[in-house]
This record gives sequence, structure tokens and C-alpha cells, in this order.
Amino acid sequence: MTAAPAAPASLADQFAHGLAAPICLTWELTYACNLACVHCLSSSGRRDPRELSTAQCQAVIDELQRMGVFYVNIGGGEPTVRPDFWELTDYAVAHQVGVKFSTNGIKITPAVASRLAGSDYIDVQISLDGATATVNDAVRGPGSHTTALRAMGHLADAGFRGFKLSVVVTRQNAGQLDDFAALADQYGAQLRLTRLRPAGRGAQVWHELHPTADQQRAVYDWLVRHGEQVLTGDSFFHLAGYGEALPGLNLCGAGRVVCLIDPVGDVYACPFAIHESFLAGNVLSPGGFTSVWRDSELFAGLRRPQSGGACTSCSAYDACRGGCMAAKFFTGLPLDGPDPECVLGHGEAALAAAGQSALPVPAPDHSRRGPVPVRIGRRRPDRPCDDSPLAGFTAGDR
Amino acid sequence: MTRQPQAPPGQPGAGFDLDRPWRLDDRVAVRPEPFGALLYHFGTRRLSFLKNQTVLTIVRGLAEHPTARAACASAGVTGEALPAYERALATLAGSAMIRERTAS
Repeated sequence: MTAAPAAPASLADQFAHGLAAPICLTWELTYACNLACVHCLSSSGRRDPRELSTAQCQAVIDELQRMGVFYVNIGGGEPTVRPDFWELTDYAVAHQVGVKFSTNGIKITPAVASRLAGSDYIDVQISLDGATATVNDAVRGPGSHTTALRAMGHLADAGFRGFKLSVVVTRQNAGQLDDFAALADQYGAQLRLTRLRPAGRGAQVWHELHPTADQQRAVYDWLVRHGEQVLTGDSFFHLAGYGEALPGLNLCGAGRVVCLIDPVGDVYACPFAIHESFLAGNVLSPGGFTSVWRDSELFAGLRRPQSGGACTSCSAYDACRGGCMAAKFFTGLPLDGPDPECVLGHGEAALAAAGQSALPVPAPDHSRRGPVPVRIGRRRPDRPCDDSPLAGFTAGDR
Repeated sequence: MTRQPQAPPGQPGAGFDLDRPWRLDDRVAVRPEPFGALLYHFGTRRLSFLKNQTVLTIVRGLAEHPTARAACASAGVTGEALPAYERALATLAGSAMIRERTAS
């Protein structure tokens, strides 16, 4: 982001009070996915039978247009497996709402790549979590490295310049940042690095996958060296405690500049906080998304000045602002205390004090295997989920 | 949607002349906000912001004035106030948010 003129107050302070519409709206179109990444933020796998219909999605897009939302970040699940995905993309573009979508590349054929390359209003993020197949496939599943690189090849061949290579930084790939940068260059893509969050299935693997303190420092130094060439979605603002802030707003945007619409229309404060504690409303309720964004009590609370709590007396607080709300929540830390990856090491002590006994369980869970939510009185039938285009598709074992 | 070449990010301040005619790039969307406005350029995929209402008025008026200086004057910006707004417009020109009008 570039700043223009003469500012009376800090823009971050202005943004902290909320905006007329989100800058960065993530919209997960489906919980269906051909992969079963171990760190999936949305615990995706099976389609939810209550997912928004094509007409309901179009109504949401109409609303986004009225609100002046510039673009939506579409994800999932794997959004391209929705049979109406391209129809919805065209609809959004025709209504002046740009689309950036995240994909594992499964549906990016040469023909699709040519189509995508033809529009300024569509951007693509290919997810890859290892520069090598060994590192990537251990997290994202067998064959997923090949699928991603094939998709990148098709985009490059179609002349799509500047699509995004999107990487979640983990303990296993933190040493591969130069390799990722080289890979992005090779395909004419731009590298995007984001922070591993302990959300969704990621909560179960976070302790093994999150970068060590030394790696985190090296990632920060690397990001400072590369400046605005590398995108981060502002996700490493907790590292500002090291000194120089990274490019971006450097604040938690949850409910202020960011929010998430999930596949059934539920609106959460951010994409990393799929839990009822951060549920602001539903787009199908009276007043729609606009009313949720402008009037929800949860968002109003997030837009009020936040207490630094245990961090208030820390010299780094003005820089890191206490870090990521979702990371704290799902690791059992108080929201007004240090981030679990606090650069001054306060997170480790807090984690030890909090223990592991009563961690919040990320929900809902649409994993194809593993934990299934228990419903009192009735069990959710499996059958309605089987009309997913991916029913019966097995990506192989992790 | 026809293919439009993506404008490369320009150099900040490169080639901005207050006495030339300017306009907002066709691929830029403007959204007013309480503090000023947000701008998004669909070609460069970059976000920018206008930090007050005056600069928003200037930017919106660019296309209707023979020069950027005239657009500033029309928004009440002259004399000592001008350099800050000139820098703001130069930043916007550098990120291709505004373009020089070639023929008017």
C-alpha cells in the first residue's frame, strides 16, 4: 500500500475505527476440497449442504458492489470445484467487484489460464507450501506440488504476469524462501508469504509446524530485505516488535478492515477465526452483509480501543499491538496478552502457563476424516454431503 | 472484458507536472471513507488512500480542469498549502493512479 498526502492522524488509527466497507474481504465459497492439507484454516474437505446457492452468491455480489468493495479474496475449500465458480467470477467482474482467488491449481487448465490472463479484474493465487515436493506434499498431500507447478506453467504460458505464488511459512519451509522467490521469478509470479495460524485443522499441528524463534527472526530479516517485492497480506505484523515495521498497515484488521464470509454465509471477524466467538452474523439475515459489517456488536467491539492488557507496559507494544487475536485465541492465550510467537519470547511463557487442557475447538469442521462435530439429538447425515462433485474423490493419504 | 496491459508500478514522483492536464486512470476505483478515500487500481492491483477530503476533491476534479494546479485552486488549495498536495499528486502519478491527459 502506498500513502498519499498530508495526514492529520495515523492512518492505522483511522482504520482501527472501521471503514464503510472492508478493504480485504475473504469469501470462502465452499468447504469442498480435493486436498486435505494438515493446516487448513477452514477444516475443509466436504461440501456443506447449506452452502449459498448461485442466486444467493449473486445477491451478495450485488451488495458488495453497492458497498464499493473493490475486490474479494475467494477461497475455500477449493473454490474452483464449485460448478458455478466461473459463472460467479464473471458475475462479480461484470459488477465491478474484482476477484482474487486462491487455488491449489486443480482446475487451471491451459484454456482456463488463457481466460484468466485476459482480465485485469481477476487475480490468481496458487498455494504451495514447499519449494520441493517433499516439503510441500507432507503438508498439502501427495501430488499437490506437481498440480501447483503445472497450474503455474499454464498461467505463465498464457501470458498471465504477476499472479501470486502463495506460501504459508512453516518450520519445514522457512529455509526455502530464496527458492520460493526463484520459483516465482521463473513463472513470472509474485511471491506472497503468510503466517501459519493455529486455526481450523492448523490448531492441531501448529505446535509442530510453526517456525522456531530463530527461524522467525530469519524470516523477518528476509522480509525486510525484500520490502514491497514480496506480499504478506500484513500477516507478520507481530514481527514489528523486532524494530522496523514491515510494509503494510501493521495492525490486526479483524472486523475493522478485514472479515470473512464462509460458505454458508456466516460472517466472521477474520479468516483465521472460524469460531462462534468471532461470528458476527449471516449474509442471509435481514439487512444482509451490509448490516453485519456496519452494525454487528462484535465488530463494534473490535473497533473500540483495545486494551493492551499484560502487554501495555512492553516497549514493543506500539509496534506489534499484541499480535494476532486468532493465534492467541486458539492457543488458549488471553486476547489482551502476548501473541504465542511474541518476538520478545513472552508467548512461550504464556503458553506454558496456559497449558493445553481446555483449548477452544475450531468449528465448524468439514474434514473428510478426523473429528466430526457431535450433534445432540441427531447426527448430521452423510448423504447430503455426497452430492459434492468431489464425493468419492480421494486425494490419497497424507 | 478486453485485455488491457498492466501498467508497471512507476517511480514515485517521476514526471509529475502541476501545469499539465491530468485525470484518474480508468482502472482506478474510488471509495469515499470518513478520513478521505480509498483508491484501488485494477491494473497494478495496488491500494492507495487519500488522507483527507480536499485531496479527494482535487483528484475527482482533475479531468475537468486544464491543469492540476487549476484543480487544486478549485478545491481552495493555493500558495503555501500547494506543495503538500503537489507531493500527494506526484505520489499518485508515480503509482499510475493518475495519468497525464494526452489530448484535451
